[in-house]
Amino acid sequence: MNRIYLDHAATSPVHPEVVEAFAGALGTVYGNPSSIHSSGRTARKALDDARRVFAESINAGDAEIIITSGGTEADNLAIFGTAAKKQGKHIITSAIEHHAVLHACAKLEREGYEVTYLPVDVNGRVEAEDVKKALRDDTILVTVMLGNNEVGTMQPIAEIGELLKGTDVTFHTDAVQAYGILPIDVETLNVDLLSVSAHKLNGPKGIGFLYQRKGTQLAPQLIGGEQERKRRAGTENVPGVIAFAKAVAISLEEKEEKWALYNGFKEMFKAILEGEGVNFYENGSHQMPHILNLSIPGIDIESFLVNLDLAGISASSGSACTAGSIDPSHVLVAMYGEKAEQSRNSIRFSFGIGLTEQDIIQAAEKTAQISKRLALK
Amino acid sequence: MTVKAPQDTRVVVGMSGGVDSSVAAYLLKEQGYDVIGIFMKNWDDTDENGFCTATEDYEDVIRVCNQIGIPYYAVNFEKQYWDKVFTYFLEEYKAGRTPNPDVMCNKEIKFKAFLEHALSLGADYLATGHYAQVEHTENGETKMLRGKDNNKDQTYFLNQLNQDQLSKVMFPIGHMEKKKVREIALEAGLATATKKDSTGICFIGERNFKEFLGQYLPAQPGSMETLEGVKMGSHDGLMYYTIGQRQGLGIGGAGDPWFVIGKDLDKNILYVGQNINHDALFSDSLSAVNLSFTSGNAPTGTLECTAKFRYRQADVKVSVEFIGDEAIVTFAEPVRAITPGQAVVFYDGEECLGGGTIDRVFKNGARLEYVG
Repeated sequence: MNRIYLDHAATSPVHPEVVEAFAGALGTVYGNPSSIHSSGRTARKALDDARRVFAESINAGDAEIIITSGGTEADNLAIFGTAAKKQGKHIITSAIEHHAVLHACAKLEREGYEVTYLPVDVNGRVEAEDVKKALRDDTILVTVMLGNNEVGTMQPIAEIGELLKGTDVTFHTDAVQAYGILPIDVETLNVDLLSVSAHKLNGPKGIGFLYQRKGTQLAPQLIGGEQERKRRAGTENVPGVIAFAKAVAISLEEKEEKWALYNGFKEMFKAILEGEGVNFYENGSHQMPHILNLSIPGIDIESFLVNLDLAGISASSGSACTAGSIDPSHVLVAMYGEKAEQSRNSIRFSFGIGLTEQDIIQAAEKTAQISKRLALK
Repeated sequence: MTVKAPQDTRVVVGMSGGVDSSVAAYLLKEQGYDVIGIFMKNWDDTDENGFCTATEDYEDVIRVCNQIGIPYYAVNFEKQYWDKVFTYFLEEYKAGRTPNPDVMCNKEIKFKAFLEHALSLGADYLATGHYAQVEHTENGETKMLRGKDNNKDQTYFLNQLNQDQLSKVMFPIGHMEKKKVREIALEAGLATATKKDSTGICFIGERNFKEFLGQYLPAQPGSMETLEGVKMGSHDGLMYYTIGQRQGLGIGGAGDPWFVIGKDLDKNILYVGQNINHDALFSDSLSAVNLSFTSGNAPTGTLECTAKFRYRQADVKVSVEFIGDEAIVTFAEPVRAITPGQAVVFYDGEECLGGGTIDRVFKNGARLEYVG
């Protein structure tokens, strides 16, 4: 059966050129960047070149990039690193953050910090004005994501950045889902910390970075050697970094083209469902083009996702609990309320490399068939 | 009905993470069916260390399904289970009875909500690892037969299933001895081959029953007496005791051991009697409600058959008369410790005809006052 992968927001296939760069680096760039011999220098150069690519991609300086093992580590470093360094016990975040942020905040709450979880409107957007209202004298950190991973809503980060300008409050944004899709400039956004992960943009898993604006206070969370200017100990994952840099370079080249392509996929997908007479509506507004989150009244998500999988289509919804069943998405709950039907009937399709119009047509038609069959019951 | 070839027949197997359902799935796959493994999560028992029995069991489901080469999924019925099974369970205890949540779970969850889920996935059949058998007759009816392993037969718990459900069910290990099932699992190298069988009520598991129930229902300690009114001690709450129970009474000393023979809910008294065969423990007939017959129709006239009043008990010869929605079941010989709330299940030879819930118990035409 021809499988159609529509879960690129969960993780994405590694780009063939990235695979090549990764495999090549694994075989040849084996030195330790901290070593003082030639092998070390080769690795060090590769690392520096990659760092340059990361920095340029967000209009930052090379020294402002801390390479991490991925998005979760970058988020944790931002939150715990800020809390450990700054005086003050108050943190502001939003109800729709990724668990790497939410659960980190919850941990600090248990340790005596106070956390304000900003609500979102029915479209999944945070109000910049709400951030302002929540600010206190002892607020140390505001952390709000750039683009939501479930419904795709972009948050008013530049606006929030603007109103935090000139304050002592550190501003972090989790850009894991937006990086590679949205143009990102840390100066325009006015952020101090920004998290990125490679595997969402066709790079390998296990690598990412945290942007740290020069002068932003941050305590390291991994202690050991002096790598990453003592901000993140551990011998660098050089092949991963090289592959990541390749993925970033490709994504920068293709960004505009992808933006148009995925928006086209989205419209096509919805048009087919409409044409087939499926009753649905779209969750979220101000969306990134690669995420399409639909609520389909009458379906139950647990049956729907399995039906799609059996029909060869990979999509997702919320997050699976450790016993495999699907927990209602905290994002949809924040948007619609605890008892809303959307948390039982919404599904996320997300687009990425390798998809053709033919795939989208086929997937939308199968989705329509299944929707109609299940909604009939 | 045209019979589809196995490869065109989709079967959803309800997988618990135990050896029985693992082998059921394995056998169906070997027979060439289009098999899907699904784990049901009905209860969340995550403790303070993050340990959750369901997670452990699901891990086993994943291992086994990967070994067999079938897709696996999970489905959450916590809400339905709470509403339909657990609420009933508590209500029955509150009423001083001893409910059978497994019967209710099969009726409302496994062969209703879960069956509907399976059908929504395009399944032709739902298979489970129960020790029971189905037989499709020429006139399109489906009969339920006891599992071949007499010691493991689970038709007692399946007595409420109807034609609609049975016609869509497969019991792939029902014709086997448990020993054989283990052998197959070992030969196939299934991850659950030596996993020990689960015991007790699924949502309580290995935990202390008393402690568990006490979390949900207030316990009212009271007096423990003989039928003659001699005070023998005190009880911790009537719901903690079941008819015929010996353990946990705290009455020792010389002579025969003591047993629970009845409860007076109004006065909050637990009646006890000496000797396993205390006269008050025996009855000769009962009335049953919530009757269900696999054929869909209650028999007309008097039904002469055999019956079980608890799981794994030997059959007793009975005659059954139907009065309205009730059945009066008269035993050929007195039976010990009939317990209201438990199921009475009827058999004709190997066939399980159906059953009901024991409501009242009688002896010599009079209702046993303190039972149930």
